Amino acid sequence: MSAPRLRRVVALTLLALAAPLTATPSADSDPLDALLAELAVRRHGHVTFTEVQYLAVLERPLESSGELLYEAPDHLEKRTLSPRPETLVLAHGTLSATRGTRTRTLELAAYPQLAPLLESLRATLAGDRAALERVFNVRLDADRPRWTLHLAPRDPSAARLVKEVLITGEQADLRTVELLQADGDRSLLTIGRELPP
Amino acid sequence: MTRAGWTGTLLFAVLAALAASLVVRARYTADLSAFLPRAPTAGQRLLTEELRAGFASRLIMVAIEGADASTRARVAAALAQRLRANPAFAEVSNGDAAGLTRTADFLLEHRYALSDAVTPERFTSEGLHRAILDTLDLLASPEGLVAKALFTRDPTGETLHILEGMEAPRIATSEGVWSSRDGQRSLLLAQTTAAGSDTDGQEAACVAIRRAFAEAAAAATGAPGALALRLSGPGVFAVTSRALIRGQVIRLSTLSAILIAALLLAAYRSLPVLALTFVPVASGALAGVAAVALGFGVVHGITLGFGVTLIGEAVDYAIYLFIQSGGRESAAEWRRALWPTVRLGMLTSVCGFAALVPSGFQGLAQLGLYSIAGLITAALVTRFVLPEWRPRILATRDLTALGAGLERLLERLRPARSALALLALLAGVILFEHRTTLLSRELTDLSPIPLAAQELDAELRADLGAPDARYLVVVSAPDSGAALSAAEAISARLRILTEAGVIGGFESPTRYLPSPGTQRARLLSLPAPEELAAHLKQALAGLPVSAARLAPFLNDIEAARTAEPLTPRDLAGTPLGSALDALVTQSGPATTAFLPISPPEGGELSAAAISELRAAVVAAMPARAPETAVTARVLDLKAEADGLYAHYLTQAVSLSLAGLFAILLLLILMRSPARAVRIVAPLALAVLMVAAGLAAAGERLGILHIVGMLLIVAVGSNYALFFDHLAEQPRGDVPRTLASLAVANLATVIGFGVLAFSSVPVLAALGRTTAPGALLALLFAALLAPRAARVPA
Repeated sequence: MSAPRLRRVVALTLLALAAPLTATPSADSDPLDALLAELAVRRHGHVTFTEVQYLAVLERPLESSGELLYEAPDHLEKRTLSPRPETLVLAHGTLSATRGTRTRTLELAAYPQLAPLLESLRATLAGDRAALERVFNVRLDADRPRWTLHLAPRDPSAARLVKEVLITGEQADLRTVELLQADGDRSLLTIGRELPP
Repeated sequence: MTRAGWTGTLLFAVLAALAASLVVRARYTADLSAFLPRAPTAGQRLLTEELRAGFASRLIMVAIEGADASTRARVAAALAQRLRANPAFAEVSNGDAAGLTRTADFLLEHRYALSDAVTPERFTSEGLHRAILDTLDLLASPEGLVAKALFTRDPTGETLHILEGMEAPRIATSEGVWSSRDGQRSLLLAQTTAAGSDTDGQEAACVAIRRAFAEAAAAATGAPGALALRLSGPGVFAVTSRALIRGQVIRLSTLSAILIAALLLAAYRSLPVLALTFVPVASGALAGVAAVALGFGVVHGITLGFGVTLIGEAVDYAIYLFIQSGGRESAAEWRRALWPTVRLGMLTSVCGFAALVPSGFQGLAQLGLYSIAGLITAALVTRFVLPEWRPRILATRDLTALGAGLERLLERLRPARSALALLALLAGVILFEHRTTLLSRELTDLSPIPLAAQELDAELRADLGAPDARYLVVVSAPDSGAALSAAEAISARLRILTEAGVIGGFESPTRYLPSPGTQRARLLSLPAPEELAAHLKQALAGLPVSAARLAPFLNDIEAARTAEPLTPRDLAGTPLGSALDALVTQSGPATTAFLPISPPEGGELSAAAISELRAAVVAAMPARAPETAVTARVLDLKAEADGLYAHYLTQAVSLSLAGLFAILLLLILMRSPARAVRIVAPLALAVLMVAAGLAAAGERLGILHIVGMLLIVAVGSNYALFFDHLAEQPRGDVPRTLASLAVANLATVIGFGVLAFSSVPVLAALGRTTAPGALLALLFAALLAPRAARVPA
């Protein structure tokens, strides 16, 4: 499996066509606003992903793969298919995790240390600057068409666990989400090919 | 004043001071203790225990309304934090993570005794492989961020497994704290350290919550008015009831005192005489409360409520004295001519109330004693003290003219007396028609809590999944170990019933502390070091984990293998300990464990479900019960309480009948059978008419209606006795006596009529029964009086 070949765009053709009609960021506006406005155009997404987690406690990285589903503005689903099925759903601020027949539900607000993981991705996809800035200190490195969002958690209890979330992309498409933990562990989620809706 | 007068006054002053000191020092309560039986059955004893000090009785449900969800959530979190620092609260939960993390350390420490996943299979190589694989999944998920820290000590994930089992799963959350299902309220559950029956303690807890809320709201919003706090729960109800009863007693007593004073002022045209009229009333109330304090140790709020009723009755004595002796040279003549009649009336009332004293219903017994002491005192003060004071006072207005008018009116009404038989028949028919709905069956009918507050309580309970503690399995055992192991056996059966949908769910103390036997079995299932190391080596094959990293795991297992099972004492001071305390109580040599059962979604348990539940509990118990003195029973507290109430009601009815019989006997002895019947007939008719009227109005008769009827007889017997007395008197006495009866009756009707408008159901019931009853009693007594009295001598 060649990663570069899978590393493809997420946008749906239909919505990509609609994009220029709704989002016309002016040239002199804030680059972060411009990027988020561009991202916010997408109302729906369905892609594959692969994820690699490097944990010091383990002898080798944990690899997993599956699908990501997104419905604007606040429904994000991560379906891990391999090595073992697991579904994470982030909807309206509630995270539910289903493994096997068991589902656990967590209020994100009650676990500030967990917020960075999915909220970073959801808020970025939704182009929700207010939500991003509520949870993170945000910095944009743009070398158009490629860009990198640096998201550092504001909540002290989250910052004790997570150093930074890096989201990279090209134009309106996300490429990778990388989580750097405070203890040196990290995970890299790479977005793959687009799936039919 | 005569020498005897001085002596009487001095004695009166000393006794009054003594009574006052007793009243001041008495303990007052408004909790349910007045309704609790003195000689309970086993079920009632549990009910009593649960109502007094049980888990449910110590819960305060807190709701925050207004503003927006995130403000509410912030205030809820701040409120929880403040309350957790307050020793008045054993436990405060609002669904926030703080509650769980405080528990986590303790759980990690004792995970192998507490996790129900610990079995011998768990530590075979396959078991370990599966468990570690599950934990790796968790590490890869967002929760891994938190779970990671535990991995080397707890690779099989016992700590999180225990936490999962303890979470309250059914409560909705919003912004990280519990909320109502409609999202309009943030919710907290506070468990007080004070018992539910400790109304002062509950009041202090309510005050503490309100203060903490005010501070938290002010700190969070700057505009605290935007948020509202609502409290509910048994303790809150007790506090509210007490305040409500106290407020109404003060307000209504004042109102009826003012109205009666106005009436008497119009009748006497003399302020000093008016003041004197209240002396027997005040003395009676004082003596009544003092007697109850002496006899029962504690005075119930409901009993105090009858201070009002005493105004209505005790005021009569002075009215008779002042109006009837209006034109006489001295009070001595009143004593000779009329005191015997008043005395017999008083004795009649005392007979009626004495019947209440043996009641198992403490509220009723207190009322009986209160009335007896109050009436005797009021009568004695009227007889021995007032006349001594009166000669110094100007004569009161002569009401002979009013009496003569009344006499003419009665004469005109007299032909209607034949219609009374018809009225009696009609009343009988109405009562027969309503025979099935005649008596109140529910203890809650006595509750002074407004309907809106009861509805809020039900809503909060539903949102919080708080057990309304209606259904309980109660285990009694000689020690906590035996109680817990029985609770475990029962839990296993209850789980089956829950899955079958027979019950909605249940709570068990063993969720927080497994029985010593179970803990020991779990600890014994932990393998020895070499064996574990070997299993682990095999288990890790193919997994990205090296055995060397899991050295802390091996150490912890080895430590756990030699650990003793946890006891309730080990849990003290942890949130688990508070949760356990709520469900296990230690009293003397016995331990009682409670397993609250929640009914399936939105309802109650059907009779079939309850019998299934009973069967399950019996099935869980059979082998152990006889030799270890462990018992378990299913309790429907509402049925138990209603049964208790029904028992009281039946008892009140039969005691009242006994009282009536005693009155009849007294009258027969003091007068003659024929006269006794003549005296009792109008009273019986009045009671019959009132009962029919209430039934026709859709009211269900409860204990206080019965008491009201007893009061009709007590007050009315005075009227009937006077008419009986008049039959033997010279003509000239009739108008004045009639006037005194009319004034006394009006005073009674005012005193009780005011009560009829009370929002406290028990007081209202009393007023609605006695006010019309007293009026009818006078009317009927007048109409049924022997004709001879009307004929001029």
